[in-house]
Amino acid sequence: MNWDLKSDRPIYAQLIEQMELRIVAGIYQAGERLPAVRDMAAQAEVNPNTMQKALAELERRGLVYTQRTSGRFITEDREMIRKLRDLLAKTQVEEFLEKMRSLGFSGQEIRQMMEQVLEGTEK
Amino acid sequence: MTPILECRALAKVYSGRRALAGINLTVNRGRIVGLLGPNGSGKTTMIKLASGLLTPTSGEILIDGKRPGVQTKRQVSYLPERTYLENWMTVDEMLHFFSDFYDNFNLPKAAEMLQRLGIQPGDRLKTMSKGTKEKVQLILVMSREADLYLLDEPIGGVDPAARDYILHTIISNYNENATVLISTHLISDVEPVLDDVIFINQGYIALTESVDDIREQQGKSVDALFREVFRC
Repeated sequence: MNWDLKSDRPIYAQLIEQMELRIVAGIYQAGERLPAVRDMAAQAEVNPNTMQKALAELERRGLVYTQRTSGRFITEDREMIRKLRDLLAKTQVEEFLEKMRSLGFSGQEIRQMMEQVLEGTEK
Repeated sequence: MTPILECRALAKVYSGRRALAGINLTVNRGRIVGLLGPNGSGKTTMIKLASGLLTPTSGEILIDGKRPGVQTKRQVSYLPERTYLENWMTVDEMLHFFSDFYDNFNLPKAAEMLQRLGIQPGDRLKTMSKGTKEKVQLILVMSREADLYLLDEPIGGVDPAARDYILHTIISNYNENATVLISTHLISDVEPVLDDVIFINQGYIALTESVDDIREQQGKSVDALFREVFRC
């Protein structure tokens, strides 16, 4: 998974989102130890201070915790990760619905279209 | 704590032409700062004043609270726009040259980085491509344990892959209390690694701001803002 950073929004905010995605997707597992800030920054090709800021915010939200001597870890609270997953999914669905409505689709039509496409992809 | 770099009404005039028009500026520790401006805006003058190669016409520039001199040269690691290394020098000679000059030069570290690039100790500067020369010099400069790194156009004239390497080297080698000042007009390339930017135009400071604040408040990249501010 590549770090995909857009140029018109604050970098740290995008790092937070991408970290959330990685946690939800299990690229970073519950309880897993994170690499050093510097290494993560180098990997994302961003400033270490910016990565630090993003990790501090994730820590504030409880997704990441620091153990004073041994580094930073992903939370072991699987319930919290599950909730985040639902929240991210909900946001995606809302964005999708908004776009469909702007195309003039009603709720019923959206459902039909969804089922059609889903059937197509599941074959 | 004393800022690592401070300018007070700093002015520089070259035989009647004003390069810096009395600027006030504070740069703090632990930051990667972009010094951004069009050609001829005063970027190189500013860096040369900080490295002690030029003296101010009026006002003052302070490195860690001190005027540029023997002590500050120890704290400042400077990558000039054009090299001061001789073409006939081999990699090994350059390493020992730096090692003799600077007691804070980490020779094993520099040697290892060069080796990882496949650059041999016996290679001469004159046989290297432009991109390789830039990489070698950057490695030398970043292998000093300095408080302030002054990099004048470190990514000018090299290909995108070499740019990535250079930026990667900068972010993975500076220590967290050090400051890196990068002058460039290749903004979109450096933008992701910068904490703060200084816009300089015709010898004046046009803007100092953090990259994230610019993006947050203006909803656009530093590159886009630069194009607006300096529209010709």
